[in-house]
Amino acid sequence: METIFGLDLPTWWFLVVGGVFTGYAILDGFDLGAGALHLFFKKEESRRIALNAIGPVWDGNEVWLVIGGGALFAGFPVVYATVFSAFYELFMLFLVLLIFRAISIEFRSKEPMAWWRQLWDVSYSVSSIMLALSLGLVLGNIIQGLPIDDQFIYRGTVGDFFNPFSILMAITTLSLFMMHGAIYLVMKTENRLYAKLTVLVKNTTIFFVLMFALSTVYTLLYLPHMVERFKEVPMMFFFPVLTILAVANITRQITKRKYRFAFFSSAFVTAMLMALVAVGLFPNIVLSTIDSQFHIDIYNGSSTNKSLKIMLTFAAIGVPLVGLYTGFVFWTFRGKVKLDETSY
Amino acid sequence: MDTAFLSRIQFAFTVAFHYIYPPLSIGLGIVMVIMEAQYLRTGKEAYAQMTRFWIKIFALIFGIGVATGIVMEFEFGTNWAVYSRYVGDIFGSALAAEGIFAFALESGFLGILLFGWNRVSRRVHFFSTVMVALGSMFSAIWIVVANSWQQTPAGFRIEGKGLYARAVITDFWAMVFNPSSVERLSHVLLGSFLAGSFLVLSVNAYYLLRNRHVEIARKGFKIALVVATIGSLLQLFSGHKSADGVAHNQPAKLAAFEGHYEASAVADMYLLGWVDTKKQEVSGLKIPKGLSFLLYQDFNKPVTGLNAFKKEDQPKAVNFVFQTYHLMVAIGMTLIALTLLASFLWWKGNLFEQRWLLQIFAWSVLLPQLANQLGWYSAEVGRQPWVVYGLLRTSDALSQSLKASQVVFSLILFTLVYILLFGLFVYLLNKKIKHGPTDDYSGDYSDDIPDYSKRDNPILQ
Repeated sequence: METIFGLDLPTWWFLVVGGVFTGYAILDGFDLGAGALHLFFKKEESRRIALNAIGPVWDGNEVWLVIGGGALFAGFPVVYATVFSAFYELFMLFLVLLIFRAISIEFRSKEPMAWWRQLWDVSYSVSSIMLALSLGLVLGNIIQGLPIDDQFIYRGTVGDFFNPFSILMAITTLSLFMMHGAIYLVMKTENRLYAKLTVLVKNTTIFFVLMFALSTVYTLLYLPHMVERFKEVPMMFFFPVLTILAVANITRQITKRKYRFAFFSSAFVTAMLMALVAVGLFPNIVLSTIDSQFHIDIYNGSSTNKSLKIMLTFAAIGVPLVGLYTGFVFWTFRGKVKLDETSY
Repeated sequence: MDTAFLSRIQFAFTVAFHYIYPPLSIGLGIVMVIMEAQYLRTGKEAYAQMTRFWIKIFALIFGIGVATGIVMEFEFGTNWAVYSRYVGDIFGSALAAEGIFAFALESGFLGILLFGWNRVSRRVHFFSTVMVALGSMFSAIWIVVANSWQQTPAGFRIEGKGLYARAVITDFWAMVFNPSSVERLSHVLLGSFLAGSFLVLSVNAYYLLRNRHVEIARKGFKIALVVATIGSLLQLFSGHKSADGVAHNQPAKLAAFEGHYEASAVADMYLLGWVDTKKQEVSGLKIPKGLSFLLYQDFNKPVTGLNAFKKEDQPKAVNFVFQTYHLMVAIGMTLIALTLLASFLWWKGNLFEQRWLLQIFAWSVLLPQLANQLGWYSAEVGRQPWVVYGLLRTSDALSQSLKASQVVFSLILFTLVYILLFGLFVYLLNKKIKHGPTDDYSGDYSDDIPDYSKRDNPILQ
């Protein structure tokens, strides 16, 4: 088996896909969080500032989802095909919600009427909330496993997706994004909106810490397969310890009003939570609840080594480039939001 | 209706709707680059204003293009799971390249294009415009490569059987440069340049007819006319090359283009006509032996017809393929005539005095759009019954767990959302066009917040 730095190619691609989805969660996470908080702002100007805080970047952030989907299709076509056809209704709704978020951002400031703006504000906020919830719901079901048979066919119904753990994960994801989004907005605003957001940051952080504790307890009690790896390889305890430290650091930075550090910490927490899921599942990606023989792992679900090698070359060239100009865009729009004639 | 047919309808509907937007953004991209280059070169405010104006329209089009494009990426998995497993090893690397090299470039720099006028230098802004235009073209490259592989598979071998069968990559460059990708890519890019440049022509013709923004409209019209003229002429060659390629690589499709049934016979070329699929006859206006000549420069050379193929390997909707193909060609010819005439009048110096011609140009935006759509209909329906030509049948490509009721649900959902989306798009596009490239009347509401509400409002936000 071909390896690079001691890891085989499917493992590398697992890391790439995981990395891209983590990037998506961190980047679009604050967009969705900002959207979820949108209706807390009552004044027209506040709403426009909040919207323009994500204005120049949300489109680019959504691209990470497109790349993630492509990377999954490319490297793990069996996983992609099985998961996407299993979550049919959920993903169709997800797509429609993405469309609604996009058009709400684009269209709200195009007309001056109060009802028009209120309509799109509500649509923007509701679609952001539901997007965050459905991402959590999908993740919750992936963690628990799906009724997949030996032909990779999903044998459940859409109702099965709404189980206690997945709903818990959905709310946890929403709380994480709300906290993340609030911290992002507080860095981008001034004066009264800033003052209001400092309160929102506190409340959403309490909300998240609560949900984080609840879902951790639930996982420890009811999902032993997610804990096994940590027992096998004690080194892996590094991840949960770091996660808890990072969560603690968010609260510490918030009390000190160092919001930039708080933002990096909440981004780091997002990454760590994704890493915990990845460690728990690896080397499987889709667990079959019918029979463990039908699990789809990184080997029986992946493309050939030849194909993976081509794509890893792409990633090695492309990812630094994407990082470079994503950084450039964020740097160009650094600092507090100032509305001008180019704003939404 | 069965699940496979419903899924085909859904994919056709969503991809056709999506395809309104990418050709416009690809075409506008190149026009914007020329406009902004002119601004850098001459320093004239008119060029800056038109660039800003088209960037705003580009953003609107791009936004809807992204939102409707993600749908396709999901649908491969949701509706066509067997297909996804089958082509993943090959198709995947093209999709991944599209995402990482093209799409990220385009959407990353778009933020600077839109919101960066006051934050970066002119040169950096121009650089961003070039990157966005390049990004949109790179997207086309990878998507067309993937689609061309489905038409003319190369650089692969088949592994496994039945549901587990899949195409496995053996030669990446043979996959990328499969027999049809270069000619199909050039056909698609030229079609996109036409879509974008005709939108610019149309809007500027509208301004000229109403005597508004005359300086900007004339300059913009000329830039777009250059792109459109070159594009439509090159498209004639590219179209001919493509048809040649189809004759060589997918003879059943070419036979359907012309409604040519006889297994091996000299073939006529129709300018317009109607295919009677029962009698296997075409009636209409034809150039006798024209197809033989076009393909082989020999009036007496036989062309392979549909009956040379087994019944189950023939495309079924022959008349549909025939009509869409012929309409596309007819529109292509119309575009050449229009642009050549306009270029001639420009050279004579009285282009902008021809109100009748400007009237035609104001409506002409629909023509390349229509031709792009029709061209894809004939290319994709002509490939049937195969989803991957000669290897995987469309009917075998479906997700096994999918039920008809699920597709009905999503099809209704998309129909409703897309009607709303299209309505909003047309409304906003119309509004932006009516408003125009300069702020000569207040249609922009971004400064409508009264000053007093900004600081001194006693109520917290």
